[in-house]
Amino acid sequence: MSLKRIDLLICCGSGCISAGALKIKERFHAVLSEKGLTNEINIIETGCMGPCDYGPVMVIYPEGIFYKKVTPEDVDEIVAEHFVKGRPVQRLMLQDEDKTIAAHKEVPFYQKQVKVALANCGFIDPESLEEYIATGGYEALGTVLTQMTPQQAIDVVKESGLRGRGGAGFPTHMKWKMVHDRKEDQKYVICNGDEGDPGAFMDRSLLEGDPHRILEGMMLCAYSIGASQGFFYIRAEYPLAIKRIKQAIEQAREVGLMGKNIFGTDFCFEAEVRTGAGAFVCGEEMALIHSIEGERGNPTPKPPYPAVSGLWGKPTVVNNVETLANLPTIFVKGAKWFSTMGTETSKGTKVFALTGDIRNTGLVEVPMGTTLREMIFDVGGGMIGGNEFKAVQLGGPSGGCLTAEHLDVPVDYETLKARGAMMGSGGVIVMDDQKCMVNVAKFFMDFCVDESCGKCSPCRIGLKQMYNILDRITKGEGQEGDIEELQRLGETVAKISLCGLGQTAPNPVLSTIRYFRNEYEAHIKDKACHTKVCRDLFHFKIDKSRCIGCSLCSRKCPANCISGSREDKYTIGQVDCVKCGNCQDVCPVKAIDRIPGIHSDVTAHKEALLKRKARED
Amino acid sequence: MKTLADLKKIREKAQEEMKLRGSSVRIKIVVGMGTSGIAMGAREVMKTFLEEISNRNLTDVIVTQTGEKGLSSLEPVVDLIEEDKPKVTYGNMTPDKVKKVVVEHIVNGRIVSDYVVATGN
Ligand SMILES: Cc1cc2nc3c(=O)[nH]c(=O)nc-3n(C[C@H](O)[C@H](O)[C@H](O)COP(=O)(O)O)c2cc1C
Repeated sequence: MSLKRIDLLICCGSGCISAGALKIKERFHAVLSEKGLTNEINIIETGCMGPCDYGPVMVIYPEGIFYKKVTPEDVDEIVAEHFVKGRPVQRLMLQDEDKTIAAHKEVPFYQKQVKVALANCGFIDPESLEEYIATGGYEALGTVLTQMTPQQAIDVVKESGLRGRGGAGFPTHMKWKMVHDRKEDQKYVICNGDEGDPGAFMDRSLLEGDPHRILEGMMLCAYSIGASQGFFYIRAEYPLAIKRIKQAIEQAREVGLMGKNIFGTDFCFEAEVRTGAGAFVCGEEMALIHSIEGERGNPTPKPPYPAVSGLWGKPTVVNNVETLANLPTIFVKGAKWFSTMGTETSKGTKVFALTGDIRNTGLVEVPMGTTLREMIFDVGGGMIGGNEFKAVQLGGPSGGCLTAEHLDVPVDYETLKARGAMMGSGGVIVMDDQKCMVNVAKFFMDFCVDESCGKCSPCRIGLKQMYNILDRITKGEGQEGDIEELQRLGETVAKISLCGLGQTAPNPVLSTIRYFRNEYEAHIKDKACHTKVCRDLFHFKIDKSRCIGCSLCSRKCPANCISGSREDKYTIGQVDCVKCGNCQDVCPVKAIDRIPGIHSDVTAHKEALLKRKARED
Repeated sequence: MKTLADLKKIREKAQEEMKLRGSSVRIKIVVGMGTSGIAMGAREVMKTFLEEISNRNLTDVIVTQTGEKGLSSLEPVVDLIEEDKPKVTYGNMTPDKVKKVVVEHIVNGRIVSDYVVATGN
């Protein structure tokens, strides 16, 4: 038994690592050994604790004190004050209005959260099999293997109401049952850890922060469907996730939790990691399967579904990381317990990567049916920078946006779909009123054009056409009828594309047209971007009543197009302006504004050019 | 590992290692580690607690520390906090007294009145 009196949990999720968590960890090791305290304090590198905005964060037990934005320079003080004298360092604690929040569990960010999949993430040492077991790990597997038939296990999953967390929300038990019922000598289970949505890091955090949970989930699936081999498909950009899963597999093998006759039963299982090169389309299950087979990662028509003819033509279940992560808890706490959380059609919780213009970005897990308002304002802490909420994009490049009128919509698979968004894998991007929705749609379309594998023409050509139209609109060259053309193309591409990528890629465009049509119209008809994001659709103007004539803007202008004097004040030559924004940044009295619309000088100049060209021809 | 009983054994041992993070704590020992506490030997007192608890395999006891308690003439000062019971404060602690408190109070549930300087909050 150890003499440890303090557990120091340092968050080493990707956010905190990039904020310097590893340096802090090293510093702690150095200071503790200097002071001869190494025996008394346990330093544990955990997975993502969630509140990335506060990073680097740490929690110190037994008191459960939460420190945020820690720097290596703070380490000496933490050791001298907190560890030696027992006086927690107030200035590193969270300030909420006038209150200092000391305890981890009282941090407002966590208050509406319920952690099932993420239960251990940020709480245990992900490299320790023992710590996973201490939290009840592998009990589900042991119980299921020794006390249930595969059919009974499938029934538990059915009763729980679990649906796939990878995007489509397909009932997990149905997939399993299909594979279970196939009479074949070889079947496979694949964990889909491709996670290609921009801004999403749910699956990464789970794989890094609690790898044994995913492995146990995979084995529960394997037993239920009759598979003896599993694959983790993880993108190469997630080296730590790959390392942790490989390590977990080794650890499980060493103690007999993997290999032959697990828990003394006939169940035998082996798992391997396969790395993907990081193409978005490789998250699509058929493309993923081909990629594992050593082929090009392209989708192929369904049916046949993987459940019938999957990896190497054998019945295969492909499950998302988070889907698997829920399984051990469902079997330990029971299907009923799980299904009491959520809505009529969507049970349990969902992990989201909450990002955008909000105060607390990070990794969150809330019960299904939580409203967007609770997620954005209670968990996310509301908007930053004093701006208003405008829209939220759910489901990444395959999803759609919702607006302020939807804030009280309970989040579940069906309600989101009905409103043109989707659950997707859980990316949530919150946008304030400074965002141009046409530009947002263009961003996602650009992503999908890039990521289209090119195999089917609607996706390859149709998306590119949609992108071109959006690009024109944002450059002031939109035409009457563009909106209708975008809708026509979008609906066609969605209907006839080969795989989910093309089928869903038009969603961001269609949903922004649905809810922000006036913005498209302003771009096309008035040639104005009212949020002043699209460069060609606004101009800079110096307000002479505020200008002090200091000439700084003129000196910093790379196009040399600002002229004037102390007496006359300064003016921007609109025709030559490149809209770099330098003048606005350097103006000491903030006398320069962005004005929506194209300046009349620029319009006149363009017309003159056209006329001259016509004459010359 | 071949049975659920094997798993349980590993779990119990692992939970023991993680008890600082857990909630299954019966007694919390809080050592006053202000400047005067440390000057009067609070570190030795805390170390002895840690060793005694470890030697006796007391899995439901944790040791933590706090700052100055405002009882400087009685340092080192230690609180024993048990759920649903008034807090017991021992003063003028030494490693030998610690050993006695561990055996009497923590193991056998008998408060060592001679060392008590305050009870309740
Ligand atoms: C373009 C595209 C990308 C996808 N990316 C992922 C992904 O990164 N992770 C994932 O689990 N599912 C992804 N899916 C969904 C998978 O095809 C599949 O439905 C899912 O892995 C099934 O697991 P589940 O039932 O547990 O959700 C993607 C689908 C498409 C069309």
